[in-house]
Amino acid sequence: MSQTTLLLLVSSSLQTIYMVAAASVLATMFGLPLGIALYITRRGNILEKPRLYNFLATLVNITRSIPFVILMIAIIPFTRLLVGTSIGTNAAIVPLSLCAIPFIARVTENALSEVNKGLIEAATAMGATTLQIIYKVLIPESLASIINGLTLTVISLVGYSAMAGAVGGGGLGDVAIRYGYQRFDSVIMLITIVIMIVLVQFFQFLGDWVVKRISHR
Amino acid sequence: MITFSNISKKYITPHGSIPALVDINLSVPKGKIYGIIGKSGAGKSTLIRCANLLERPTSGNIIVDDEDLTTLPPTQLRQARRKIGMIFQHFNLLSSCNVYDNIALPLTLSKTTSTAIKKIIMPLLELVGLTDKEHNFPAQLSGGQKQRVAIARALASNPKVLLSDEATSALDPETTETILQLLKNIRDTFNVTILLITHEMSVIKTCCDFVGILHEGKLLEENDVGEFFAYPKTAVAKNFVTASFSTKLPLNITQHLQNVSSADTHPIMRFYFMGDAATQPIISQLINQFRLRINILQGNIEYIKNHAVGTLVIALSGNANDLQNALNYLTSLNIHTEIIGHVPNNVIAFSE
Repeated sequence: MSQTTLLLLVSSSLQTIYMVAAASVLATMFGLPLGIALYITRRGNILEKPRLYNFLATLVNITRSIPFVILMIAIIPFTRLLVGTSIGTNAAIVPLSLCAIPFIARVTENALSEVNKGLIEAATAMGATTLQIIYKVLIPESLASIINGLTLTVISLVGYSAMAGAVGGGGLGDVAIRYGYQRFDSVIMLITIVIMIVLVQFFQFLGDWVVKRISHR
Repeated sequence: MITFSNISKKYITPHGSIPALVDINLSVPKGKIYGIIGKSGAGKSTLIRCANLLERPTSGNIIVDDEDLTTLPPTQLRQARRKIGMIFQHFNLLSSCNVYDNIALPLTLSKTTSTAIKKIIMPLLELVGLTDKEHNFPAQLSGGQKQRVAIARALASNPKVLLSDEATSALDPETTETILQLLKNIRDTFNVTILLITHEMSVIKTCCDFVGILHEGKLLEENDVGEFFAYPKTAVAKNFVTASFSTKLPLNITQHLQNVSSADTHPIMRFYFMGDAATQPIISQLINQFRLRINILQGNIEYIKNHAVGTLVIALSGNANDLQNALNYLTSLNIHTEIIGHVPNNVIAFSE
């Protein structure tokens, strides 16, 4: 394998890791609070607001029902507005984050609903505020579940990032399509697949390791 | 210390409103343990959850430590709740925190400094006997230990009132006993006032000063525990008291029990000793006055706050006339008795 190919593979791997990492961080920043909002405003929960809940839930469902490839193209004006361009790695981060936000929100909502309601009651009886219930009870108690969900999201993002590559987003997907598919270079195709597998394994291992560290059930 | 005045609670459902509590009035004096007993669905849980407004009553007032909780704005209500500890049937400990952090929770909520927290928690760990478990997580503890952690947590904010929501219902009898002793001990050391709910008479017997019977959302009767066992007033109360004494007869008797008497059967009777009945020499009267022979099958007398209360099961033998006279005599004494049934002569031996 030539030096250029090797360089190409390394830089595209780094691009993929960068896209996935940035999108994961951004999506978590927005998805986690959204998930918490969904949970607390749901009927029967600590900050019951049925209308707000329905609004948020509908928004989440709409975003989730648009296939990623279409979402990526549909929000091009929005991407341009944010990063100034619609091509390249930075531009790919926008649709990647956007599609992961509702996913993380739902995952968080589910994780929070698994927390025993008795704990919320106990905290209320101790005079906890709603914010304290969220920070001292809900999040610590569901953290392992949330991390599991985040791992799931990050791994999906590895896949989506390859799709972004197909339309000029850079990264391993881009290499696989241009070299592997269009130039019939099956070695490169194979290598990109192997790198993807290694990435997915790594993220899964990392997630499991963190969950094991914080879990005390 | 705790006063419920005219508390009612209705649940609104699509099928109409269901009354869960009906005009409850009760008050718990400072430093006393008040137990509410009732069957499941009687409204016990709703009642205790009203005491710190986890459940808001439809009408009425809850006064804890001279403060009417029902009129407090949210911030002050939270302050007031910090002076009311609560323990639960399923402990409700944070599984993500160790014993120390669980006990510290109410203090971190009130933003106590970590050095101050340590000073409070160490003696509490000692009080509940878990000094060596400080760094363990709830999953590593037994049910009894978890409840001890929960009790320590409830005491951390130095409350004046402790609420216990079926705290021993998930525990075995032996552990229940030690937890109840701990509660009594806590009452004696900290002079806290305890309101507890339970469906077990043994809990009332072991640790309460006062008892109230809750039945279909109504407080049917309340009394000092000794008086309550000796002189239950309502039918529901009598049932609770007698059921708490009844022990099961052995199989060799129950399998021969029949409802009708005949010439060759002996009646089996159960006496309930409550109040004055316990002080009368009934057995000797049956023997001397009615020339009956008596075989004691089972008995249990307990002393609850200086009242002898209990039950005795006997088989009687004698001529039919004497038997009838004896039964009439017992009825006239106003002693709570019942004929459990009749067994054939060969089952129970009477020495001649």
